[in-house]
Amino acid sequence: MSNFDLDTTAVRKLNQYLHQTPADKVVVDKPGGRHSIAVGLDASVDITINGHVGYYCGGMNKLATIRIHGNAGPGVAENMMSGTMDISGSASQYAGASAHGGTLIIRGDASSRCGISMKGVDIIVAGSVGHMSAFMAQTGNLVICGDAGDHLGDSLYEAVIYIRGSVGELGADCIEKEMTAEHVQKLAALLHTAGLDHVLTDFRRYGSARKLYHFDIDHADEY
Amino acid sequence: MIDKRALKESATFPANVLAEIHRAADQGIYDIRGFGAKREVPCFDDLLFLGASMSRYPLEGYREKCATNVTLGTRFASKPIELDIPITIAGMSFGSLGANAKESLGLAATMMGTSTTTGDGGMTSEERESSKTLVYQVLPSRYGLNPDDLRRADALEVVVGQGAKPGGGGMLLGQKITERVAGMRDLPEGIDQRSACRHPDWTGPDDLKIKIQELREITDYEKPIYVKIGATRVTYDVTLAVKSGADVVVVDGMQGGTAATQDVFIEHVGIPTLPAVRLAVDALKELDMHREVQLIISGGIRNGADAAKALAMGADAVSIGSAAMVALGCNRNAWVEDYEKIGTLPGYCHHCHTGACPVGVATQTPELEARLRPQQGALWLRNYLSTMVLEMQTLARACGKSHVLNLEPEDLVAMTIEAAAMARLPLAGTNWIPGSN
Amino acid sequence: MCGIVGIYLKNKDIQSSLGTCLASMLVQMSDRGPDSAGVAIYRDPLTEDEIKLSLFAEGSMDWQALGLELEQCTGSEVLFEPRASHALFTVADNGFDVSTWIRANHPALRIMSAGKSIEIYKEKGPPGEFVSQFDLQQFSGSHALGHTRMATESAVTTEHSHPFSTGLDLCLVHNGSLSNHNHLRRKLRNCGVNIQTDNDSEVAAGYVMWRMREGDSLEQALERALGDLDGFYTLAVGTANGFAVLRDPIACKPAIMAETEDWVAMASEFRAIAQLEGVENARVWEPAPATVYAWGGQ
Repeated sequence: MSNFDLDTTAVRKLNQYLHQTPADKVVVDKPGGRHSIAVGLDASVDITINGHVGYYCGGMNKLATIRIHGNAGPGVAENMMSGTMDISGSASQYAGASAHGGTLIIRGDASSRCGISMKGVDIIVAGSVGHMSAFMAQTGNLVICGDAGDHLGDSLYEAVIYIRGSVGELGADCIEKEMTAEHVQKLAALLHTAGLDHVLTDFRRYGSARKLYHFDIDHADEY
Repeated sequence: MIDKRALKESATFPANVLAEIHRAADQGIYDIRGFGAKREVPCFDDLLFLGASMSRYPLEGYREKCATNVTLGTRFASKPIELDIPITIAGMSFGSLGANAKESLGLAATMMGTSTTTGDGGMTSEERESSKTLVYQVLPSRYGLNPDDLRRADALEVVVGQGAKPGGGGMLLGQKITERVAGMRDLPEGIDQRSACRHPDWTGPDDLKIKIQELREITDYEKPIYVKIGATRVTYDVTLAVKSGADVVVVDGMQGGTAATQDVFIEHVGIPTLPAVRLAVDALKELDMHREVQLIISGGIRNGADAAKALAMGADAVSIGSAAMVALGCNRNAWVEDYEKIGTLPGYCHHCHTGACPVGVATQTPELEARLRPQQGALWLRNYLSTMVLEMQTLARACGKSHVLNLEPEDLVAMTIEAAAMARLPLAGTNWIPGSN
Repeated sequence: MCGIVGIYLKNKDIQSSLGTCLASMLVQMSDRGPDSAGVAIYRDPLTEDEIKLSLFAEGSMDWQALGLELEQCTGSEVLFEPRASHALFTVADNGFDVSTWIRANHPALRIMSAGKSIEIYKEKGPPGEFVSQFDLQQFSGSHALGHTRMATESAVTTEHSHPFSTGLDLCLVHNGSLSNHNHLRRKLRNCGVNIQTDNDSEVAAGYVMWRMREGDSLEQALERALGDLDGFYTLAVGTANGFAVLRDPIACKPAIMAETEDWVAMASEFRAIAQLEGVENARVWEPAPATVYAWGGQ
């Protein structure tokens, strides 16, 4: 196991080391809210970070497993391609922004714009999410065990939202949809991945009404 | 019996304004089109070079060399970009252009020793393979963005805005969202793409600074990072781009093109390239960063004279988009029936948004794409770029310069008061710079 | 665009550490605010019949001579303490309008702050330099706001730095960009609010002061600001007894808060707070958009 103390070692050195695909597990202490920790990883590296991180932790992650024992700043797992990020605390805004794949688990709350522009990632939030979550979400799944702030799924495309708690004012073109057996199964698998246990029938599904897919003068007030 | 002499067109409601109001009454939506601003604005045509005379001596052609090379990205990157010519190909998406067009651009750029730029759809293998030096855009939409392409790129360009629509996001209509385009952008086929106007994970230069650091960490500090802005508050924007950590700043004036944007946006937002150059250079000089952070100017660059004038005003390079498309055949006088089918004629066409480009440049339709063979397109573009370079060298030699980057503002005068004020150059025949003295 | 920090010491026993905390928070925000730095420190509250003013002079200034002039005007002893390009004056608050007198007789001076406990110091240059120039680590006090600036639309000068104060013991720091500040500036000037620069943040400060002058509480003024200010902003406002935080409804500009038994802190980035004593046990949260948070009362 390799240890890094970010009070004495630069983030740059840590990232350089991680880019060389270490075979052993890596533990990072004293992150102190620093930015861009463990970004651009490109192999099945296993890394644990003890403390709160700043912006873009795990940015553009491929294949790596990154655990944060603490909170994450804005843009955690942004543009993640594959792999797993697991955050014990809460995440600031833009969590999982434009991420293409992999799994992002947030065990506290996520702030505004969780899953903004998501392009295939699975995001599971044990708590609640802030406003404008899943804004322009294209594909992928967002599971919210708590509540959602206003404008959930504003202008979304084909991403699927499962939510257990309350929803504020919905975003443009986002509507409640039927939970079919297939959706229930999918939800079960997602919750299982995160190790969360909830009654599946407590969840509702939201998706695109698809009225903004082609401009129609009668829907102009959605713009 | 009409007396044609008595027919008087209204200057406030001329024919095209009447047509537009009728169209809006029919369709209930803004007009969307391609190309850049069509209205007349003060531009480089209003500037003239002061060639050699008794006090300045010209260079002979041939052995008295006029060099054209430029290096971009010297500020922080460990692998700056070396170009043979100070003319690059601007960002245009695969999606707005077809694959053959992208390949043509790459082949020609490689032949001329310059770079091409990806656009709002990500990087295609055709472009990476055909283009020796490729700049990879990071846009608000993030379509197709991935770390592998980030690492395969030679430089990155964070797009804050473009001249055609500063403050607007990308747009691609359903007819161009084919299976391949949809796949690259993670969108359903055939729908109209809506795009964000802000980046999803940062807002403001203070956070951009952190974002640029992240991109550097991911790419191991190798690649130059450009920041591209549409010309509006150029002084602040260039200053902030430098403070955010850019290696290169790209400023795109209002004449800059697009494949699909609201006409109202194209014509009424942003300032012309001419004042934008001056403001950008002033901002860099104020920060003591002129030539340290390189400046690329785009937006209506059409010939070697435009390029030379931009460099004389202080730019390090220019970038062409619309002009490159024209070199590939845009608005060429061929396939006239197909222009008519989309409601226009050669010379007037701005119908990139329809996807029915008669010359096979801005289309995803295979039968139309086939009309542009990459080898032919590459040859046309290479010839055009060569012509631009020869024109630049001719002008530079006439001004006594052995390198085009030695052109300076004092080599220029202006022909109109507006151009003189905007470029801060003297009105020809006088010492007068409106607004300055 | 900028970095903002604020710290309020609930535990009176640690007031001597205010300056050290503030200094470390400010320096952590250097990347996002390299152009200038400023602080508003609340300490050593004066009695009813005294007032302190923080004055700034470009270039050298004979503070002693100014002190003698003010003694003549107020008929009372004047104390002053020079600090880099500033000087803190303590004068009698006995009906003589010192601020107006200074503006009329020493137009080259800038009044950075006036009040019973507030002291504002701000200067061009990197935050690290500011900290040593002003010997920030030495300060003790009850609470403070700080700001590091990346200038967007107005010049990098001392006057354009934050915090802005447009009222007694009142100050404001801002991260973001207001889109209707020109219109608001004209309106506020019409209402008699003295706004000295073209900086959008000074408009926000003037607005809050104007509303409070019209009878709003700080909370009410900030609630109203949500409707009248347009643009992106995280604001922190300091008053004699505490501070308040407000984010606009779109809430893109960052803000993070933390609280322990001993202190409440806010910052644009967590790393500014990460250094504070006891942070491992702090409650850490993000202020919600369009919501006023206030500590310590007005």
